[in-house]
Amino acid sequence: MNKEEIIAKLKLIIKPYTTNTEAYDNLTEDTDFINDLSINSANLVDIILDIEEAFDVVIDNTDMERMLDVKTAVEIIETKLAQK
Amino acid sequence: MSKRVVITGLGVAAPNGVGIAAFNHAIKNGISGIRHDEQLQELQFSCQIAGKPQISEELKAQYFTELELRGFNSTGILYGVIAGMEAWKNAGLPIETNDKPDWDSGTIFGSGTSGIDKFRESIYKIDELQTRRLGSTVVAQTMNSGVSAYLGGKLGLGNQVTTNSSACTTGTEAIMMAYDRIQAGQAKRILAGSTGDSGPYIWAGFDALRVCSSKYNDNPELGSRPMSASAAGFVPGSGAGALVIEDLKSALERGATIYAEILGGNVNSGGQRGNGSMTAPNSTAVQRCITNAISNSGISADQIDAINGHLTATTKDSLEIENWTKALNRRGNNFPYINSLKNMTGHCLSAAGSIESVATVLQLHEGFIFGNTNCEDLHPEISALINPLKVPLKTIDSNPIIIAKASFGFGDVNACIIFKKFQK
Repeated sequence: MNKEEIIAKLKLIIKPYTTNTEAYDNLTEDTDFINDLSINSANLVDIILDIEEAFDVVIDNTDMERMLDVKTAVEIIETKLAQK
Repeated sequence: MSKRVVITGLGVAAPNGVGIAAFNHAIKNGISGIRHDEQLQELQFSCQIAGKPQISEELKAQYFTELELRGFNSTGILYGVIAGMEAWKNAGLPIETNDKPDWDSGTIFGSGTSGIDKFRESIYKIDELQTRRLGSTVVAQTMNSGVSAYLGGKLGLGNQVTTNSSACTTGTEAIMMAYDRIQAGQAKRILAGSTGDSGPYIWAGFDALRVCSSKYNDNPELGSRPMSASAAGFVPGSGAGALVIEDLKSALERGATIYAEILGGNVNSGGQRGNGSMTAPNSTAVQRCITNAISNSGISADQIDAINGHLTATTKDSLEIENWTKALNRRGNNFPYINSLKNMTGHCLSAAGSIESVATVLQLHEGFIFGNTNCEDLHPEISALINPLKVPLKTIDSNPIIIAKASFGFGDVNACIIFKKFQK
């Protein structure tokens, strides 16, 4: 799975949690989950669970704490997929 | 002069009607909300009938976002939010998306438990070592104050936001707490009410106590029989009732519809002394609660036109009537009209006091006394105390001015409120 495919899949996962549709429509690698997409920080937990399910990976707490923007999320998912 | 406190908004999610219009129609026409419950049958409960509000997916979507409904499994919060939001809108109050909280408005919304089905779901996951997969909303759905927290957020309330809990008096107590806070000048309006979860995991303990109605599993609508000679236990119910309690001055300034005035009331406990216990009421305390409510309302017992009782359909109904006769010093033909909503809704437990208060206020506002269905065979102990005509079987056109509402609960706790038709 290449980076674009991961972002596309991630974008679908994030959709229900964002309240800022403009930022969502213009999502890039630099998009920040909390500051740009106005996602409630408690919902980051749910996003992680959805990512785990969608990509069939396990994301530990250390990685989860770093996963605050699209770029880091993609990196972490790529690493996890490579380890499989 | 102390502040006058009035009711300016009503909302309800009751087994026999969701929304004030449907509920009002149901109570006037003796429409029952008691239905056969397949789950209770599968689980081999002795009582297999229950009262649950009928909530469609469309209605849910009106009150909750798609995101909020993901993994949502708390009927108590569902009913409470529907009733609470209805009351707020009914009061003509705006639901603004402003940045600042509304400092003058709060909520006191009681509950016995919260999200018991969510709790059960979580417990299974925890025991399967899946704690990290619980998701983000378990706390919000299972904390007892979940219902007030959801409402506070949806309405942007900036005054006190809390949940009280006192078994079956919870709803009545919430209204008294709101009344006190407004009288003290601490808030202009409080969304007061209470909610109660549905389902076997909330009702099982009562079934185990053998206090539920088990002889009407094939005739659900006949199963809840307060004051009847053939009453044999209560039918478990659930739902939520909500009332906007407001400072009269604020209500008049807004030009709000005023449904009724709260003259006063009382909450107390029998301390589980005398004939009181964890599960039985101390009669002295019950009578004292009623007489205190009357005296601090500045009325005499003779002015009470009707009573909306607690009257659950257990063996304690006759004792409750006896306590009313003693507290009011009125009996026989001199006794006020009395009714119990539970014949149509079952016993909605922590939600009972608020749903029944909504019914009481509707009676004052519209001028009727709803009938006691399933009470064709009034208990002889009751007919020995009061004229049977005081227990109307069908709704009567009347114009009650003052109605006393009482609720009693486990822990030997009591609450009584005196509602009056509003007159400037």
